[in-house]
Amino acid sequence: MSLIHKTAAELGALVASGEVSAVEVATAHLDRIEATEPKLHAFLHVDREVTLSQAREVDSRIASGEQLGPLAGVPIAHKDIFATRDMPTTAASKILEGWRPPYDATVTARLRAAGLVILGKTNLDEFAMGSSTENSAYGVTRNPWDLSRIPGGSSGGSSAAVSGYQAPLSTGTDTGGSIRQPAAVTGIVGMKPTYGGSSRYGLIAFASSLDTPGPFARNVHDAALLHEAFSGYDPMDSTSIDAPVPSVVAAAQAGDISGMRVGIVREFAGDGYQPGVIARFNDAVKMLESLGAEIVEVSCPSFDTALPAYYLIAPSECSSNLARFDAMRYGLRVGDDGTHSAEEVMALTRAAGFGPEVKRRIMLGTYALSSGYYDAYYGQAQKVRTLIARDFEAAFGQVDVLISPTTPTTAFPIGERADDPMAMYLADLCTIPSNLAGNAAISIPCGLADEDNLPVGLQIMAPVLGDDRCYRVGAVLEKAFEARWGGPLLKEAPAL
Amino acid sequence: MSVIAFDKALERFEPVLGLETHVELGTASKMFCGCATGFGAEPNTQVCPTCLAFPGSLPVANEAAIEATIRIGLALNCSIAEWCRFARKNYFYPDMPKNYQISQYDEPLCFDGYLDVEVGGQTYRVEIERVHLEEDTGKSTHVGGATGRIHGADYSIVDYNRAGIPLVEIVTKPITGTGAMAPEVARAYGVELREIMRSLGVSDVRMDQGSMRFDVNVSLNEPGAPWGTRTETKNVNSFRSVERSVRGEIERQAFLLTSGEKIIQETRHFHEDTGTTTSGRSKEEAQDYRYFPDPDLVPIAPDPTWVATLRDTLPELPSVKRKRLQSEWSVSDHDMESMYNAGAIDLVEATIAAGAPAADARKWWMGELARRANESGTALADLPITPGDVARVSELVASGSLNDKLARAALEGILAGEGSADEVIAKRGLQIADEGELLAIIDQVLADNTDAAEKVRSGKVAAVGALVGAVMKASRGKADAGRAREIILEKLS
Repeated sequence: MSLIHKTAAELGALVASGEVSAVEVATAHLDRIEATEPKLHAFLHVDREVTLSQAREVDSRIASGEQLGPLAGVPIAHKDIFATRDMPTTAASKILEGWRPPYDATVTARLRAAGLVILGKTNLDEFAMGSSTENSAYGVTRNPWDLSRIPGGSSGGSSAAVSGYQAPLSTGTDTGGSIRQPAAVTGIVGMKPTYGGSSRYGLIAFASSLDTPGPFARNVHDAALLHEAFSGYDPMDSTSIDAPVPSVVAAAQAGDISGMRVGIVREFAGDGYQPGVIARFNDAVKMLESLGAEIVEVSCPSFDTALPAYYLIAPSECSSNLARFDAMRYGLRVGDDGTHSAEEVMALTRAAGFGPEVKRRIMLGTYALSSGYYDAYYGQAQKVRTLIARDFEAAFGQVDVLISPTTPTTAFPIGERADDPMAMYLADLCTIPSNLAGNAAISIPCGLADEDNLPVGLQIMAPVLGDDRCYRVGAVLEKAFEARWGGPLLKEAPAL
Repeated sequence: MSVIAFDKALERFEPVLGLETHVELGTASKMFCGCATGFGAEPNTQVCPTCLAFPGSLPVANEAAIEATIRIGLALNCSIAEWCRFARKNYFYPDMPKNYQISQYDEPLCFDGYLDVEVGGQTYRVEIERVHLEEDTGKSTHVGGATGRIHGADYSIVDYNRAGIPLVEIVTKPITGTGAMAPEVARAYGVELREIMRSLGVSDVRMDQGSMRFDVNVSLNEPGAPWGTRTETKNVNSFRSVERSVRGEIERQAFLLTSGEKIIQETRHFHEDTGTTTSGRSKEEAQDYRYFPDPDLVPIAPDPTWVATLRDTLPELPSVKRKRLQSEWSVSDHDMESMYNAGAIDLVEATIAAGAPAADARKWWMGELARRANESGTALADLPITPGDVARVSELVASGSLNDKLARAALEGILAGEGSADEVIAKRGLQIADEGELLAIIDQVLADNTDAAEKVRSGKVAAVGALVGAVMKASRGKADAGRAREIILEKLS
């Protein structure tokens, strides 16, 4: 089997044993990227020499006897929203075109410390605002399962890179589903850790109280390895949790869920769900039962109000977070020709530099925070948020994990929802509650929808700091599914 | 601009004041990052990704600043919040890197306190609404244009060294009942606040460097009527200006009101040269700051036992200390107030601590040194002389090695930078004549002034003055005049 088809754990073992070098592994993936990028456009930035020099350094660290951990020498695609000192960081926005940060994000620094080799920066919806990667200022990324369809978003470049075998691992950020939904529609694993479990330092903020870095991988164990590599307390992020990271790798190897109580959320069903998605979800429920789990139906009545609450809180925070892009200190500058005042330059730059969805959300958020509207909008949304957290608490009093479809439909065609923000927002219906409550949630593949043969994702939600439960249940289900399918779901994907 | 004379204004109207004071804390690092805070560094050298608001950077609150704010709150008799949050105040301005300021909104760290100030022997209680913590902005310089403001400037330059320095804002409740004393009360409040900051050691409170600055709110109403519309005069940067801005605004508003015009709620700018204010922006076109709790920061929940420890370890507050010193030094209310107004209390105290008797310490600081400070237009505390120097001079006078004139010369030398008291005395040869020298000089003087000597001998003791004067002259000021008089009288008896 070629290097690009191996798991991250296998690649790490090969490099550690000296059987292959990090440079060879990186080269194989860089070649794959070169060959497939014209079709996928998963990356915004690839620099072969920068990547190879990282790989060479890992090889020399290993040669000098340094203990680097299980992912040393494994390549990774890095979402272009994390600051990287040696590569541009743009958040897929014109306003940051070509910007090179003078520092690494904490996640980036931890990837490097663990010996991961960064292949490049992946595409996303501008500032992570979107569910399809169509909002990138640098062109849409395509789904390897069907190049006419979206790879999900906002971390669509990262999901396409992993499902398209350009990288065994990638990073994402999940604000309303931006890891889980792309993972679901590309047939891979994507995990949103507990909020505060992974550092936001150096992650370009969309909505600070929701943004959560997390891993993509082609299997649950690889995702756990990456999760452990970059998560954990960071004194540079005040909202980071000063507690040990749950042992997610051990959980991914536990292999038993008998006696676990699994809750089905009654509210995650209804008109908007594609029949093939419901069918695969029901298969997963049966599979869990056959594996010894007890299935319990629970009600989370406030989840119905999660979407509107999210679309007040996230835009409100973004309207403030994105105020710093003002042409004064970095990034795009428009109108600085001696005829415009500083204030005019700020306005011209923001008008030229932000895309329509970003502007829409800045305006929404500015309105929601305005004097006289704050209580009715932002204040009310925060109350809803508390109710959602209480619903989760009550549910986790009865069950160990909750499950739902990750997203109501399979990957939709590029362009289908581009002019209908409301339809686009519905893609995150099932994922948003966990962002609002800050709890852990993973998406794993659970089969192909009958009507379009496209991947369906199963979401497994666990309490705050219960990340290990997502991996435990996910790994057991994955094993059972793969036994039924005769291998990973991704083998059904067409060759690129 | 037309005004009504202050006294006339006060005949018809009662002023209501409100003061907002910004104090830059003297912490080693900034409020939300590790950058240094020193004043006067090369522009844009004390900056990092966080205080420049680079994408992805995050704030981490400075615990020393939170501690200093709580201590200020405790010194101002405030309640301390058990739980509060930072909030974002959103508005665009080039010297504010994030285009929002991290501040506190409806959950200040300290609230509901008071500060008693004394003016003319009367105590005014100024109630404190809140004491909260925020970050300072950078400093803009607008080059070209007529106003020095951003509108119409040819270009603007920004120094972000100040951006993110911890700033405490102290807001009073409306201050009523001060009448004609309003300007003095405002000033006295500011001075007392500065004394408290100094005693707490939380800020260098240098008004010339902007580490303490005032916004002054004033409104007028007729007796018994509801409070009038207020104006807010921004960035008033000296105690004298605080006083003048209150006075000027009372006169201006009184004119408008008596002419049947309305006061517009607006911010105004104070002009040092004229002592008057001009209109800034009105509140109608004011910004909507869209405050909301900062999601990048966790709530502050000060441990009550920690707060209790801070309360127990507060230094003696300036007003309490003044009462104690006044009694220790046995000085009148008037003398104490004079020392306070001259900023001499700490200096006198330190001079006494260095060994000088209270009366002497006070005499030098409030006499010769106050005169010299006045002449050179500097504050007493800024004179280049230490309490130790003054104590040494005082000691030499007491021991008889210096007389009053020589002591003054010694002080002059110290102020001129010639060294310590002993160095100046050595260099300038400031040594009182010894007994032998003095006897020789007296003998010579008596021989040269036989008429005067004869007058004294015949009982006209007053004539001794001329002889002592002659001795002083002959000794070029180095004789001890008292001793000389004793010896002359003895010899001529």
